[in-house]
Formats: sequence, structure tokens, C-alpha cells
Amino acid sequence: MNAQTNHALVSVDGVEKVFRRGSEDIHVLSNLHLQVPSGEFLALMGPSGSGKSTLLNLIGGLDRPTKGSVSIAGDRIDGLSDRALAAWRARHVGFVFQLYNLMPTLTAERNVELPLLLTHLSRAERKKHVETALAVVGLSHRAKHYPRTLSGGEQQRVGIARGIVTDPTLLLCDEPTGDLDRKAGDEILNLLQGLNREHGKTIVMVTHDPHASARASRTVYLNKGQLSNQPET
Amino acid sequence: MKFFPLIWSNLKRKKLRTSLTLLSILVAFVLFGFLCAIRQALVGGVDLAGADRLIVRHKVSIIQLLPESYKQRMERIPGVVLATHQTWFGGIYQDPKNFFMQSPVVPEEFLEMHPEIILPPEQKKAWLETRTGAIVGRKTAERFHWKIGDKVPIQSTIWADKSGNRTWQFDIVGIFDGAKKGTDTTPMFFRYDYFDEARSDNWGKGMVGWFTIRVKDPSRAAEVAKLVDQEFENSSAETKTEPEGAFVQSWAKQIGNIVLIVASILGAVFFTILLVTGNTMAQAIRERTGELGALKAIGFTNARIVWLVLAESCLLTIIGGAAGLGLAWLVISRGDPTGGLLPLFFFPTRDLVIGFGISIALGFVTGIFPALQAMRLRVADALRRM
Repeated sequence: MNAQTNHALVSVDGVEKVFRRGSEDIHVLSNLHLQVPSGEFLALMGPSGSGKSTLLNLIGGLDRPTKGSVSIAGDRIDGLSDRALAAWRARHVGFVFQLYNLMPTLTAERNVELPLLLTHLSRAERKKHVETALAVVGLSHRAKHYPRTLSGGEQQRVGIARGIVTDPTLLLCDEPTGDLDRKAGDEILNLLQGLNREHGKTIVMVTHDPHASARASRTVYLNKGQLSNQPET
Repeated sequence: MKFFPLIWSNLKRKKLRTSLTLLSILVAFVLFGFLCAIRQALVGGVDLAGADRLIVRHKVSIIQLLPESYKQRMERIPGVVLATHQTWFGGIYQDPKNFFMQSPVVPEEFLEMHPEIILPPEQKKAWLETRTGAIVGRKTAERFHWKIGDKVPIQSTIWADKSGNRTWQFDIVGIFDGAKKGTDTTPMFFRYDYFDEARSDNWGKGMVGWFTIRVKDPSRAAEVAKLVDQEFENSSAETKTEPEGAFVQSWAKQIGNIVLIVASILGAVFFTILLVTGNTMAQAIRERTGELGALKAIGFTNARIVWLVLAESCLLTIIGGAAGLGLAWLVISRGDPTGGLLPLFFFPTRDLVIGFGISIALGFVTGIFPALQAMRLRVADALRRM
């Protein structure tokens, strides 16, 4: 499948990803092409082990392809050094994880502040950004709470606030509702949809839940390392 | 500083484990402080010894006496500027545990020989005018609440007066301070003329414990020492002359090689602490692999992760070390715990600084391997281990 647009924010071209396990090469992605236009909310579906998270990691600069290229907003990221890639992630990508990955020893506001510690913002400016992000996810009143005192849905909202606090180009979500009940999951999906529609955020979301993918503006399916517009039957 | 809440919160993660580790570091540094103070007490006199002073004692042992008349012969030897003598009095005040050094001396030459003893002029004048007068160091004066004008009875374990009485009365006419930190301000000095006249005729009359001589040129001290010993060769009381520092050192060596003993104990203690703290840090890092993965994902570089882990381990050892050193300093500054056997018992500033340096080094060494382990984590792998 090759979803081409003229204004692609994400451009994955001819990507292959091979993992080595012992003496065996495992081909997770093969000659994969994907274009995500700016402002799109893309759902990436597929069975377990189909390479969804691997593709998300390549787009987010957490891993490098074995072959092919990954460009974000016109910049190739697959050849960047670890250090440059870390700096690029800090500036351009927000991550939302299935298990939230919050620091249990920090309050909600301190968790949200973490990406801002890598910027040159003053303490007052950081505080302002954190307040805004928490307000967007509707958690201003829980700013001083530790993750253990928050529900799963609230923790994920903190995770989203952390993902958007630097106003990144791209928001990457790996099974954001995978660990939540239906009600909390819906709240998170509403939030992501709002970020896409009202704030213009480009979102790539990995999910195996059709209910979640229905909220996206487009869904692509990954199976055996290849993308398609239709689920495997 | 903006990363401090993150570093600090990691230390608070497992409060019991952190507290126990801190406690073990604290105990190690208290021990460090005490061993430094003991070493200072036993060998610190070497540093304070005058480079231009030699000690002349009986060739057989310090407890053998020398004739007081040797003084004139010594002063005639080329290169000797001044000679004065002291004698071990071995006295206690009221109770055997109240032991401290006392010695009869010739006041003017004694003070000239020891410029590190600071005595106000009017007190020096009073000492010269009072036959039974004694000067006492500030530490002992404060210990027994003595003040100028007090009459103090000192019971000698060695010397009796003509009537066989071992309790001697002295008038406190001066309280001296030390010119340098570490100058011993526990002894009491009284007049030799009073002592020699009053002591029993049966033993030791006209004899003294040892001489201190000042040489004109410290670089020729060895040559002068040889001349002194040659002067009294084949006499009934042959001498052994050595620099004051060597004399103090040989005194301390009677107990053993203090520096080696102290270094060995501290080596064992810090090696144990290295293992304890290293294990704490390694465990702490293993437990938060997923969190480290998240930090890397949001843009923390490998170098910053290494820095954060090292800062955490250094913070742990610095807190424990500073608390231990502070506690040691507080307890040690209360003074000699032996009641007079270790007059130079104090925690030298140099050792305090070294201790602080060790606490930082300990943090670095215990943190570097977990830090490198954290650095090597692949983000994608680490995120799966949340």
C-alpha cells in the first residue's frame, strides 16, 4: 500500500526492519511505504507481532530501519546519531504509552514537566506550559497528585499532557487505551480526537481495538510486514 | 538544579533501603572521623615538632634519668643554641582517671624553647616570682575548672617530697594557649628549682628526664646529634639524640604502625560500603528500566542519563558522608575520650576535606556501572519492561 499526499508530515519509504535472534534473521517490516499528511489522525492496526510498535518506533526515532528511509517534516531521521535523535525527539515528538510510563515518585505536574527540563525555558515558563497541558487534558485539579493516587484514565491523561506539553509536531500513541476500561478508553479517545480536530495535532495511534480505530480519520492495517487498507480476512 | 526534584524523588522511592544505605555510609564516615582523630592523637605530634629541636634522652630508655649538669656541656657543643630539660612527673588530680602530663621546667628557657606556648606577659612574670607557681594548658584548666589563683594538689606516682609525701601543692599562676591548632594544651609545667629542692634526697636528686636542644642550623641537626652523643659516650649515662619529630614518632610506634593500621581498617570499611552502595544503586536502576526508557523516549540523551544516575549515587554518598563527618566532628570536638591519654585528639580539617572527597569518589565509583548499564539500554527494549 502506498498512501501518497503532497504534504506528508511523515514519510516512510522502502523501509525494512530485520531483528537478529541467535543465528536467525526475523523480517518484521519489508519494503514498507507510508505517508501521513499533516493534521491526520491515523490508526495503525494489526495482529500481535505484526510490527505495529516497530513501525511506530521507527517513526518516533526510537529505532532505526535496516533499510529505507524515514523522514519527518522533510528531515531524514534514520541516519541521525543517538544524541541527535534524542534531541530531535525532544523537539518534535510526543509519546503516549500503553502503560503510561509515568515516574511514580513525581507528581502529575512534575511528570508533565519532564520534557520541558530539556528546554531552555525558565521555571515560570515551564510552570505555565504544564498548567496549560494539564488544563487541555482536564486534570488541573489533580496536578499535585502522585500517579498511584490517580485512576488509569487519569494517569493516561497525564501521559498525554506530558506528550503534548512541548507542542510537538507529531503525537505517537502506542495502544493508549489498551490498559483501560471502555469508559476511560472513550475519554482518552475523545481527548485524542479533540487534540487532532481542535488543535490540529498529527497523531499516529497503534491499536488492536476497532472501537479505537473508528475514531481515527484513517486506518491502515499491518500484516506480515506489509501495509494495506483492509484488515486481513 | 532543575533536575534536582527528579534525582531527589528517585532517592525517596524506597525509603527503607535508602535509609539503611545512608546509615551504613554514615557509620563508615563516623568511623573514618574517629580513626583520623586517633591517628592525629598518636602521630600528629610529628607534624607539630620543631624542625630545629632535638631530644636528648638516656641511651637505654626514656625512663632512665640524665644528670641536670649535662645542660652546660650541651650548650658548649658547636651548633647548639639552647638546652633545657623536662622530667616526667606522672601525676594525677584527685582521681587516677584524671591523668595528664606534668613536668618541672626552668621557666624562662622552657618558654624560649617552645614559642608555640602562648602565655600572657603578666602571667609569665607571676610564674617567675612564685616558687610553687605552675602554668597549665587551656584544655586541662577548662576540664578541671581551674583558674588563676587556685591551689591544686597533684599526686605524683613517681616523686615524693622530703617527708615522703607524694601530694604536691601548686599555685596556678598562668593558663597557656597553643600558637597552632593541635598544640597540646593539656600539660602542666611547674618550676624545676622548687621541685628539685623539695623532692626526696633518696632518689633522683639533680637528675632530669630528657633534654630539648635547639640547633642553630636545622640542616646540620644530624651532625649536632652525633656530637651530643659523642660528648657523653662512655659516661654512666650515655645519650641518644634524635630530632623531635622522630622522637614523637618512635613514641607512637610503641603501639604499632598507626598509619598502616588506620589505613587497613578504613580500606576494609570503605570496600564494604562500596559493595553496599553499589548494590543499592544497581538494584535501583534495574527496577526502573521502563522509566529510563520513557525518559530516553522523550529526549533524554545517554549522557544525561549517565549524569542523572551519577548525580543520584553521589547525592546518596554525599548526604551519608556529610552526616557521618558532621557527627564525628561533633563528638570528637567534645575532646579526648580517654581523659588525658590522647591530648592531641581532634579531627583535622585536612582529614575532614579528604573525607568529603572520599564521599564524592564513593558516589562516582558506585554509580558508574549502573549509569553505564542505564546508558546502554535500548529505548524500545526498555519500554517493554515497564
